[in-house]
Amino acid sequence: MLDKTGIAKRIAREIKDGYYVNLGIGIPTLVANYIPDNIDVVLQSENGLLGMGPFPFEGEEDADVINAGKQTITMLPGSAIFDSAMSFGMIRARKVNLTILGAMEVSENGDIANWKIPGKMVKGMGGAMDLVASAENIIVAMQHVNKAGESKLLPQCSLPLTGIHCVRKIVTELAVLDVLPGGGFKLLERAPGVSVEEIKNATAGKLIIEGEIPEMDLS
Amino acid sequence: MNKVFSNADEAIHDITDGMTLLLGGFGLCGLPENCITALVKKGIKELTCISNNAGVDDFGIGLMLRQRQVKKMISSYVGENAEFERQLLSGELEVELIPQGTLATRCLAAGYGMPAIFTPAGVGTEVAIGKEIRNFNGKDYLMEMAFDADFAIVKAWKGDSMGNLVYRSTARNFNPVMAMAGKITIAEVEELVEPGELDPDQIHTPGIYVHRIFRGANYEKRIEQRTVRPR
Repeated sequence: MLDKTGIAKRIAREIKDGYYVNLGIGIPTLVANYIPDNIDVVLQSENGLLGMGPFPFEGEEDADVINAGKQTITMLPGSAIFDSAMSFGMIRARKVNLTILGAMEVSENGDIANWKIPGKMVKGMGGAMDLVASAENIIVAMQHVNKAGESKLLPQCSLPLTGIHCVRKIVTELAVLDVLPGGGFKLLERAPGVSVEEIKNATAGKLIIEGEIPEMDLS
Repeated sequence: MNKVFSNADEAIHDITDGMTLLLGGFGLCGLPENCITALVKKGIKELTCISNNAGVDDFGIGLMLRQRQVKKMISSYVGENAEFERQLLSGELEVELIPQGTLATRCLAAGYGMPAIFTPAGVGTEVAIGKEIRNFNGKDYLMEMAFDADFAIVKAWKGDSMGNLVYRSTARNFNPVMAMAGKITIAEVEELVEPGELDPDQIHTPGIYVHRIFRGANYEKRIEQRTVRPR
């Protein structure tokens, strides 16, 4: 089973040289720490920055330089600043190659819910609805089951949707799965030490298993 | 042409109960702090506030919420404000949550003189309820209307007495698009200079969009999430 760092490491392997990538809040933010040194990747922060760098050294924080999670960050050489309309313009126009975000639920047809629990939690969708509606490649980073032990990979989402038919890949503490265009979660890899049976038990939606399922290579 | 005001109280003097305001900033970054303080002091009520976030409990628009000055809030993300969430869940506050890109682009539309935009954000979700859907090239889009706001209130780094504005780093965020979208736009700046001191090639918001400008005082520039790495 993977911890959050493990999920981030596995997702980092999906990032290719030359990609512009938008990382959501939570586990996706950690992905930045594991992008291989030998590829060039530009991180987009939807509040208006391309070229997001690591957190500043203590004492060098600048209130005017933050990321979409409102954290103080730095700007790498070659960064560019733009306004919020242009930020979502480049997202809508599919200039951003990969979007990685968290989810509360994903359905077997690629619907995603991650912004609201009616009557309990209303934080808002932020940029998530724009991202999922336009991104051509969306990877979801999340736990396979919620705190109550219920599967988050469902036949259909029970929570208000963020977007429809948009999730392409899911990485959880148990597995890597593709969401097939025709519907269904196709099991691609198992986390170290996790059996296919455990993944089956944790997946409420349609799970497609073909042949031997290899263990993830995190080396 | 005299756009220069001496302070926030004067710049907001004719904002009254029931008006619709666009307020720049993302989180607490690039926030028109001086004007918010003045609005809190003035105590006007029944406002509709359009801003990406609702501040935190004790800073930004959170201060106006605490005084129940806001009737309706139009935002994309409000997770940092417990009082907001309480007023929302209890039904005291009317809230319209809209996607962040939709919010920005509805400002842009207003500033570009376009009545509406089409965006895929929110298709198939509750955001789409009651909205016109158009299909272009096989994909569905929602029609979203340009904002119609009485005032836009923004914060810039530098400005000149003609109203030309320059923003700094990610404090730019919503400020340029909101500056374009107000019937009357008020800009507060850290540095107010004479015409000619700003390079025309480096202007982010041309002064034609800005009706009032003043040099703000005592910027707190609070940091919401102070994250650092070890040396």
